[in-house]
Amino acid sequence: MSLQIIDASVVYPGLRGRPPTEALHSVNLTVETGEFVVVLGASGCGKSTLLNLVAGFISPSSGSVLLDGQPVQGPGADRSVVFQKHALLPWLTVRDNVAFGLSLQGRPRTERYSISHRFIELLGLSGFEDAPVYTLSGGMQQRVGIARALTCDPKLLLLDEPLGALDALTRERAQELILRVWDRSGKSVLLITHSVEEALFMGTRLIVMSPRPGRITHTFDLSFSRMFLAGQTARAVKASADFIALREQVLQIIFADEEDAA
Amino acid sequence: MSGHPVAGTASPAVRRRGLIARLARARATKPGEIYGVPGAGDTRLLSIATICVLVFVWWLVTAMGWVKPLFVPSPQAIVGSFVSILQNGYTGEPLWVHVGISTARVFGAFLLACLVGIPLGLAMGISPIARGIFDPPIEFYRPIPPLAYLPLMIIWFGIGETSKVLLIFLSVFAPVALGARSGVRSAAIEQIHAAYSFGATRWQVLVRVILPAAMPEILTAMRIGIGFGWTTLVAAEMVAATSGIGYMVLSASQFLQTSVVIMGIIVIAAIAYMFDLLMRLLERRLVPWKGRM
Repeated sequence: MSLQIIDASVVYPGLRGRPPTEALHSVNLTVETGEFVVVLGASGCGKSTLLNLVAGFISPSSGSVLLDGQPVQGPGADRSVVFQKHALLPWLTVRDNVAFGLSLQGRPRTERYSISHRFIELLGLSGFEDAPVYTLSGGMQQRVGIARALTCDPKLLLLDEPLGALDALTRERAQELILRVWDRSGKSVLLITHSVEEALFMGTRLIVMSPRPGRITHTFDLSFSRMFLAGQTARAVKASADFIALREQVLQIIFADEEDAA
Repeated sequence: MSGHPVAGTASPAVRRRGLIARLARARATKPGEIYGVPGAGDTRLLSIATICVLVFVWWLVTAMGWVKPLFVPSPQAIVGSFVSILQNGYTGEPLWVHVGISTARVFGAFLLACLVGIPLGLAMGISPIARGIFDPPIEFYRPIPPLAYLPLMIIWFGIGETSKVLLIFLSVFAPVALGARSGVRSAAIEQIHAAYSFGATRWQVLVRVILPAAMPEILTAMRIGIGFGWTTLVAAEMVAATSGIGYMVLSASQFLQTSVVIMGIIVIAAIAYMFDLLMRLLERRLVPWKGRM
């Protein structure tokens, strides 16, 4: 798997006489198999536009988005998305939500359920297969969303602020869970977040974006997730001197952008 | 403050006592209840009491002879006319035939309106072409009272069943179609995007996401629609009907059989209410997630 974004720009037309806004300005980004790329930035920096571009919901105004050399024409099961909230189907049980993508592909029921059973277990949802999703807590609902995206066996998993609506403790647990799932599945991941700590902890590569026009300004290679997966506790990783130093450096970049805007 | 008899001597809280003060200030709720929820509390007892008082006043007014039976017959007279029509029928037809014919007209028109209105409303919700075509005619006729176009129905479709069912159909159709149309917007854009990102086709998104998400609003629209149907029934049975509960009421009124009129009204109310209960049950079964996600 290889995702290539080459010199991509996205320009939104100006409404009611306003000038058009350039949400993304000549973005270049490559994601290879097994990478965990995190996109971080102040609000309005175009990180959601970037994800929508990769998902295929919007097409670039110029430049190109290639998946394994083929231009992305629209959304597809090779790039399944996990949203922040409101994306589960409340009329289906946990099992049928997880199997939803497979059922869209017309797979027979036994195959659907045996595949989803694996991901229900992986995400720690065993015992809740028949529960309606609206009875679950926010954290469990997000796990259903992640399991559902994984059953589609995507080449690239797109996470659009998936933990943004969770409380702080649940969020840290979910970060650890996602890292373990990523480690075991070997998938490529593109994560959008506005939490610096989350970005540093989870990614193998960090992309920092700046607004007006939205563009990539900094790139950092990260090794903190490897430290966690090698056996260190999450808090120990996040409290290490390297982590804190980088966190402050990245925060300064983002705060500078916010001040420019104000 | 000045002018008040005890101004300056007591705090406002102490000054305002009694019922009005208690109504003006909410008290802390018991654990398990939420403070400040508008309209919280059980109403069943009060509702039963209201019905009892109304029936009692009705009985009192007639028993004391304050109103002539021609205008307000006694509750016993209503029961009497119900029993008598149940046994002997009305204008040669048993009561269940009148009820059956009217129910068939209303439900026939209702089913037809759902079969046409729901797909059309959904089409209007998802396609600007369908919306552009069907919005003007529906919005044109929707606010017109059915009685106003009843004469046209008769001129065009005669005095048979067609014009009756069509009149009821039209009154049910608009609310059902508009409900389905606005129900299309119930699906969250995240739900739609998620489905597309799992490889769904447009048709799959419509059938697997938009339609189920619209179900609560469609069911509500159906409840409103059938209500309009019963409202229009009497109008539909005004002309050249020889049976039906609406016909019974109208014809009884011409012979000043007020007790039959009131009895017919109560029968219509009872059927409509039972159907509404059925729809609510259906709603709980089909969309238990309504408003919860």
